[in-house]
Amino acid sequence: MTTEFSQDFFQLFGLPRRFVLDNQQLEQSWRAAAAAVHPDRYASSPDAEKRMALMQATRVNEAYQTLKSPLRRARYLLSLQGRDTQEETNTSMPVDFLMAQMEWRENIEEARDGSNVEALEALSGQLRRENRTLVEDLASALDDAGDLDAAALMVRKLRFLEKLDQEIGDAIETLLG
Amino acid sequence: MALLQIAEPGLSAAPHQHRLAVGIDLGTTNSLVATVRSGSATVLADEFGRSLLPSVVRYQDDGSVTVGYDAQRQQNHDPHNTITSVKRFMGRGLSDIKDAGSLPYRFVDAPGMVQLHTAAGVKSPVEVSADILRALTQRAEASLGGELTGAVITVPAYFDDAQRQATKDAARLAGLTVLRLLNEPTAAAIAYGLDNGAEGTYVVYDLGGGTFDISILKLTRGVFEVLATSGDSALGGDDFDHRVYCWILEQADLHGLSAQDTRLLLTRAREAKEALTEHSDTRITAILSDGHAIDLTLDQDTFRRITKTLVDKTLLPVRKALRDADISAEDVKGVVMVGGATRMPHIQKAVADFFGQPPLTNLDPDKVVALGAAIQANVLAGNKGEDEWLLLDVIPLSLGIETMGGLTEKIIPRNSTIPVARAQEFTTFKDGQTAMSIHVLQGERELVADCRSLAQFVLRGIPPMVAGAARIRITFQVDADGLLAVSAREMTSGVEASIEVKPSYGLSDDAISQMLSDSLAHVQDDIEARKLREAIVDADSLRDATLTALQIDGDLLSADETTAIRLVLDELQAAVASQTTLAVNQATHRLNKATEDFAARRMDRNIQRALKGQNIAEL
Repeated sequence: MTTEFSQDFFQLFGLPRRFVLDNQQLEQSWRAAAAAVHPDRYASSPDAEKRMALMQATRVNEAYQTLKSPLRRARYLLSLQGRDTQEETNTSMPVDFLMAQMEWRENIEEARDGSNVEALEALSGQLRRENRTLVEDLASALDDAGDLDAAALMVRKLRFLEKLDQEIGDAIETLLG
Repeated sequence: MALLQIAEPGLSAAPHQHRLAVGIDLGTTNSLVATVRSGSATVLADEFGRSLLPSVVRYQDDGSVTVGYDAQRQQNHDPHNTITSVKRFMGRGLSDIKDAGSLPYRFVDAPGMVQLHTAAGVKSPVEVSADILRALTQRAEASLGGELTGAVITVPAYFDDAQRQATKDAARLAGLTVLRLLNEPTAAAIAYGLDNGAEGTYVVYDLGGGTFDISILKLTRGVFEVLATSGDSALGGDDFDHRVYCWILEQADLHGLSAQDTRLLLTRAREAKEALTEHSDTRITAILSDGHAIDLTLDQDTFRRITKTLVDKTLLPVRKALRDADISAEDVKGVVMVGGATRMPHIQKAVADFFGQPPLTNLDPDKVVALGAAIQANVLAGNKGEDEWLLLDVIPLSLGIETMGGLTEKIIPRNSTIPVARAQEFTTFKDGQTAMSIHVLQGERELVADCRSLAQFVLRGIPPMVAGAARIRITFQVDADGLLAVSAREMTSGVEASIEVKPSYGLSDDAISQMLSDSLAHVQDDIEARKLREAIVDADSLRDATLTALQIDGDLLSADETTAIRLVLDELQAAVASQTTLAVNQATHRLNKATEDFAARRMDRNIQRALKGQNIAEL
């Protein structure tokens, strides 16, 4: 257990420790690891193995969830390098980003008040495209330039966008019923 | 021993006798029990060849309990004491049951879960469900000729923690070992997927008697991965009956019916709904207790019109699940229909229109869930088949805790693959605060009042500090049954509090023991003998597993470590020979302890092997 838990999530799945990764390989590695330690495999095993399987399966799932999401992966990579993304404390943002945020919020509110699900879905699509651009920038900041400050700022921006998308999702669900 | 076959397919453990394990579909309207016999899953019928067991239980004043068809026959005559659709009350308070007023029961508003007043006393939904489970267990044991090792019991995917815990309690009360709680649509997907060698993204649309589930699964080389699940745990075939019932009241201008008449008309309504699956119209006749005769004709179009809102209501969770899975209707390769209610032609049409393809109905929608559960039970009991397959399921609803201002902070989002654990840190609000109340919630809404309260507990003994200085780490762990355990720990002082999320709605262990001893007809000797037998079975299986592990992975241990384990093994054998329950249990416990570290090393090796196999397969 000690050896296993000292591994980082990249090592766990046999992946290079970098931001850009092969999603298919991540998924396949996760499936293989999850299959090896899933509690179903140990249903008739001794209690010690059952407990261990639950812990390991939980860890494997946590590793997969962390590496699959670009935001969480970036945050994790930064934390491995001792860098806190300061998402709760550092709220200073470039002015143009803040302006764009306000515009997004107005658009979402307008669509919600007009009960316009199509508009909300269009906004969600637009937001996800913006998200992808930011993820590409994050890739070059982390993997090429090694600019951790810039990367931390991008993580904070991504977090904003994710919250917006969640708001859109909540609004759509409320409108649908 | 399951471990052996995965780690080293070339070797095999000492041959074991086939363990008797069943899958149970504990349904709102009907229940079933199935098993795997000579490699194929079959539903076990009663002595009259009937597969279904109506989920109906009648309690009489002499204490006798009748379950199934016999109880169903009495429901019009004795509606107060004949409980149908008890699943709708599992883990629910009286205020959760919206149509309580039109049901013929005498509800008792108990804290946590509603109870029912019957001729045989007050019954909790857990006890009623346990009686259904007992009837199914008897059927299975009679049919298989032996005691059951355990059962996989299915629950609607959209069941929350309270409803799952209530189901598990019912099984314990019925004396069943629960191998796993399995989500109904997932069970259906296993039965369908293994039967058809399906690959790709599939949707399971499961409209049962009282619950609606939608699950989206990705099937790849034997892995059943649930991408998203959604539903409505209070929408099902019963609601369609209820619409027809209301239509009868309206047409015949009836008011203030007795419980008997209500039950009679609800039965007629259900019969009419079923008839309309095959016919374009149906006649509804009944003679009420005051001699009033009812004679109406209901046609397809009218039925479709009065139930349209219900059908539309099922499509909302479908949209939500597609959104969560981040796929569109076109990406779906097939839609599997599950549950008797999906026989209704207008449901099939609505689903076909939505997905742009006819739904798959080649498996009996009543049986498919029980069959899938039986297949998983067989694997979990250690009777491994030829095919290697694996299930990766999710939690249906987000889990979180209450923060300042009555707001919910989500800790584990819905549709997270289980098992899952997540920790988050919180802090104190006031200077010198020494205790913190932790309120565990389930649901998607922002306000605490709109979520389901699962439990509340207090972390005490926080050293006095200025507000915001304490660091309270709250950890949520959801196991493979989808059940939650919560722990809280103050990080600077190490003060800890933990809870299995249960007391606010579930039965305490004491309550279960009490019910068990009340209901057990056995004499004390039988119980003791059974305990010893169980202890020896556990001891033997642990001994076998340990010996097998030593044989395969013995190289992971030093000579001293091996000797230490062998020593405890010998003690265990001596304890079994002594035929004393306590000694056997203690020795089993010691062996478990002694092999903990070994188990961890073996688990590491398994992951490494699995990943290596993966990398080779890729080349």
